[in-house]
Amino acid sequence: MNRLDMTGLRTMPAQVWGGIRLVPLVREEPVAGLRLHRRVHEGYGRVQVAPRTEYCSYIPHGFVADWSGEDGERAAYGTQLDGPAGTRVPDCIPVRRHHRMAKRVRSKGVTEKRLLRGGATKCRFLPLHLALEGYLALHFRGPSIVWDEWSQQAVRQGLSPRSEAAYGGWAVSGLAEVLRIFEIHPGQCGVLVYASDALAAAFVVPHPDDYRTLHPTLIEDMYGELVYQYAHFGMPVADFAAHIRDSPLLRTVADLRTAARAQERLWAENHGTFMADRLLDSSYAFQRVHRMDAFTLWRFLPSFRRGLPEQHIGEVITDHKGCVAYLKTFRLSAAQIRRGHLLGTLHDNDWHLERTAAALGSSHDALVARIRDAGLGSLLDAHEVARRSRLARRR
Amino acid sequence: MAETFADLIAAEDVLLFVNAAVTSTGQREFRSQADEQRLSLSFLHEYVRVNYRSVYAAALALDINDHNAALIVERLLRTAGEASAGEKRTEGALIAARLTALPPQRVYRIFRALRAAKVNNRRTRAIMRDWLAARPDAGHDAVKYRSGLTTLARHAHLRLGEDELGDFLFRPGKRARYEHAFLDAYRRAHFEQAAIYELPYTVAEGFAAKHGVARAQFLERIAPRMTRLERLRTQRSAGTSAELGFMPLTRLALYVLALPIDERVARRAELTGALRSAARRSAGPYAGTWGRVAAVLDDSYSASGSSVKRRRPLAVALGCHFLLEALAEPGSYRAHWTSGARDPLLVRPIGPTPLGSRILDALEDAPQRLVIVSDGWDNAPPGLAGEVLRVWRTRLDPERRTSVVHVNPVYDADVFDVRRLAPSVPTTGIRDAEDLAALVEIAQFAEGRTGAAELQAYLDERTDRFLEGAS
Repeated sequence: MNRLDMTGLRTMPAQVWGGIRLVPLVREEPVAGLRLHRRVHEGYGRVQVAPRTEYCSYIPHGFVADWSGEDGERAAYGTQLDGPAGTRVPDCIPVRRHHRMAKRVRSKGVTEKRLLRGGATKCRFLPLHLALEGYLALHFRGPSIVWDEWSQQAVRQGLSPRSEAAYGGWAVSGLAEVLRIFEIHPGQCGVLVYASDALAAAFVVPHPDDYRTLHPTLIEDMYGELVYQYAHFGMPVADFAAHIRDSPLLRTVADLRTAARAQERLWAENHGTFMADRLLDSSYAFQRVHRMDAFTLWRFLPSFRRGLPEQHIGEVITDHKGCVAYLKTFRLSAAQIRRGHLLGTLHDNDWHLERTAAALGSSHDALVARIRDAGLGSLLDAHEVARRSRLARRR
Repeated sequence: MAETFADLIAAEDVLLFVNAAVTSTGQREFRSQADEQRLSLSFLHEYVRVNYRSVYAAALALDINDHNAALIVERLLRTAGEASAGEKRTEGALIAARLTALPPQRVYRIFRALRAAKVNNRRTRAIMRDWLAARPDAGHDAVKYRSGLTTLARHAHLRLGEDELGDFLFRPGKRARYEHAFLDAYRRAHFEQAAIYELPYTVAEGFAAKHGVARAQFLERIAPRMTRLERLRTQRSAGTSAELGFMPLTRLALYVLALPIDERVARRAELTGALRSAARRSAGPYAGTWGRVAAVLDDSYSASGSSVKRRRPLAVALGCHFLLEALAEPGSYRAHWTSGARDPLLVRPIGPTPLGSRILDALEDAPQRLVIVSDGWDNAPPGLAGEVLRVWRTRLDPERRTSVVHVNPVYDADVFDVRRLAPSVPTTGIRDAEDLAALVEIAQFAEGRTGAAELQAYLDERTDRFLEGAS
């Protein structure tokens, strides 16, 4: 698998509010056998990364994928307020352990044994964490060969602390408003979010009822720095405006209807070009995270090739034909793409600085500067790097 | 009479204000927040009060909503110094007439605002005194609006001195018992469960909670003490059926839309009957006189209103549907819902707003009147409705065989008016469907065919009719 297959999804005319444009995605037929439910996590989560190393996160919401096929079950909905918990002192906040990012969820009456034998029909995963996890874990382990230039810390612990900045949906100006007044189409299963007409995120679910339930969760999702800036500084985007030419040929209601139909067609074509070409065309590195019956949960990373301004990471659930049943993407900023590209090249060259510099077409010193600019300077062994530079200069 | 440019502008300003005063309640709407609404409205009030004071007062005689009526009364009394003696007389009559028509809790709130603003001249005190004297039972007010009444009595220097009422309000515990039934019941309700059923519902509710009376039992026994609206509000939780026969049309439409779909289907005959008879009542003498009527009714997602005005635009559309059915010649009414719904009883606010193609559907049968009920946002595709209406007017129907009116239940804070679909189509604000016939009268002025002089004459006539009805 190397690209996203959006078969079965059709774009509908966009809706515009200020600088944000939403393009609805509609399915003729809902995906059979898979439903998503919303789950609300209270407190913050903690993942044991290594002994005595923990990764803490606050998770506004999570999704539960249910492939038991019981369509009669309604999607769970609602945020629970736990009263005075917010006023407690921080150390009393309940801490939940999210052992893995995607995890089987036990249904009622399913024993531990049955769960292990594959009796579970639900899987819990945290929206976008999987994708971001994939991005952060990119060579998280650090150099696999102990070259002298890498510090002991880099060798032992890898890229630590691993952290990326993202903006919550509520911080993206105009997004809350647009999500509230957005008119959900009948049969709508997804949405493409544009900020200043740059694709900010794509969100697809298997069933229209799920979409209706999960639509408000878009405000709690993470958005990249780029999206935040575009929404904040961007001008209102142009909306389509219908115009019927005044001509003496318009004599009956039928003529007028023909002219109106033409405007509707024009409108439909106008937004058709907004389909996420870059998201679909470029090839991605897919990694399978979880398999559940006919459905597979993947996360994907872009090629990190230079010169492509638009690169997304994301997570996707595909059905047995490889078509997208669930999709969520995160647009990387230019700095994040550069960082990904740098790490990718380092990995391809076994973390050898000279060879990497040659591959990138630059010098050893320039590469070191680049590593430092990317915020990874602490991984380098300063003494060794200085000695190498001195040697290189003397030569 | 030659009309000056200033006259036309004045007429336009007045209509703008009337539209705002009919639709906006300073609450959150689907597309604008409450503070935007309030800011926009308060500017408009200030502007009209300063520039057209007599018109500003005359608005009290129109079908504007209670929120704006209260604002006008308060602002007129606060700025009494700007009015001449003659103006003051008319204003006083209008204010007194409107106050009797307002719900008492709103009037007490106006008086409280006047107290906060330190307005305490002789005229204001006289208005307060007269209003209170006209209340049917001061004992009832003392129990139900206790703090409002004490504030009013203190502020207006009312002499409630030595009698029972004065003791009840200002010297509680002085008397061992009261002659007045409500006052005595209030005293006894503190320790006697049976006494709470002699009190008004809202007061009794607090005592019921204090005595730990079961909700269902309480609601059953207090039912005779409730107002009609309170009975309607509680009847679902009490499990009893409402009397739908006497409700106004829009209230009834709101009630129907709050019911789950299955219940609407199960009670179809009852609900439709109630809506039809309410519509016939509001149509009054106009019933059956409008000829062939077509309606375009907006049931898109934006008709869901906001959390404080839930489904209001949709309820207005539903009310208009039944009212237009009653106004039209029997059998010659056609409704076109934007979502394509066929069954008006089952409408839900859902989907986009393809207003343009629905208007075309409606125009196809060449009706005599076309009424569009919509919040003015046309988004599938944007602006098509305006284009269709424009071309229709200029190319297909320049002789105006079809009269088109757009009624809009939502105030747009940004444009200080209700949103228009096309400049050639008169637009008017609407709050209750039952005002439709009267509002269409006003809408004619908006079309620019009748001038400022007629508008002033119309306002004078409405004022006279209103004051006659009050006296």
